[in-house]
Amino acid sequence: MATQTDILNDLAAIVEDIAGVDAADVQLDKEFIGDLDVDSLSMVEIVVAAEEKFGVRIPDDEVKNLKTVGDAVNYIDKAQG
Amino acid sequence: MGILEGKRILVAGVTMDSSIGFAVARVAQEQGATVVVSNFGRALSITKRIVGRLPQPAPVIELDVTDESHLERLPDVLREHVDGLDGVVHSIAYGNPETLLGGKFLDGPWSDVAQAVQVSAYSLKSLTTACLPLMGEGGSVVGMTFDATVAWPAYDWMGVAKAGLESTSRYLARDLGPRGIRVNLVSAGPLKTLAAKAIPGFEDLESSWKDRAPLGWDESDHGPTARGVVALLSDFFPATTGEIVHVDGGFHAMGL
Repeated sequence: MATQTDILNDLAAIVEDIAGVDAADVQLDKEFIGDLDVDSLSMVEIVVAAEEKFGVRIPDDEVKNLKTVGDAVNYIDKAQG
Repeated sequence: MGILEGKRILVAGVTMDSSIGFAVARVAQEQGATVVVSNFGRALSITKRIVGRLPQPAPVIELDVTDESHLERLPDVLREHVDGLDGVVHSIAYGNPETLLGGKFLDGPWSDVAQAVQVSAYSLKSLTTACLPLMGEGGSVVGMTFDATVAWPAYDWMGVAKAGLESTSRYLARDLGPRGIRVNLVSAGPLKTLAAKAIPGFEDLESSWKDRAPLGWDESDHGPTARGVVALLSDFFPATTGEIVHVDGGFHAMGL
């Protein structure tokens, strides 16, 4: 079972790949839009990539609740059961 | 044996798995078609990931319908994947949500309106003529509209662009009929897509749709719309062109 740290590391790699943000800057307390300058189109792609990587579904209505990296990590962790 | 067995179909305008184009590509594959999908710009990388969710692999090509060079090279790009085309699906529209949609009709600037009409209406002509070298007798072009005969809340200049699309479709039907190519539109009820979410106030339409449509309406189920498009792509509408088929639960036929 993946730990929160594993999830964060994998998610950071995705964010770096798609949005060009240094993976080291992708920390739990960072906001995707406010702190990491991820725009809405990149966010859509990050969600798609995360769904594939973690084998979860992140419904559109849920995405707006994922403000910080920590929100996303928690959601993925829960969704993986 | 599916109704698109052996057919080669281009679906232009697939971004997410919530895109209408995605549902069309899925049903077309299920019905036996070979499908190529296109998208443009930065959304292309999303499309490349999302096609992995189709029942079968589908090549993704880059096509900006407003870029002459893209249209010119389209037949060559398509020939890398298919040896001809039996159908083209136009699932493309854009209007600046900041200036053209959501109740700002009286202030919509011409430059943005011009872009909306070019991307959403003129492109049906551009895309179709670009594909003509690959299409012959029996070919079918299908586009997506949202009933442009009346004014809607929030839809504003996109409604005007759709009126242009509906007319473009009729003229294409006139000019391509002699070649045996049909051109039709599906007028769908409101569907939850990335594009619809960008329209401020669009959800108000969704709630009233359910109540008035005699068959009811599920805005999260793209299946009925996709099957309507696939039916028009198939040989089961051989004498139908210049038509707008409503896949809207019957909403358009009711007075109240």
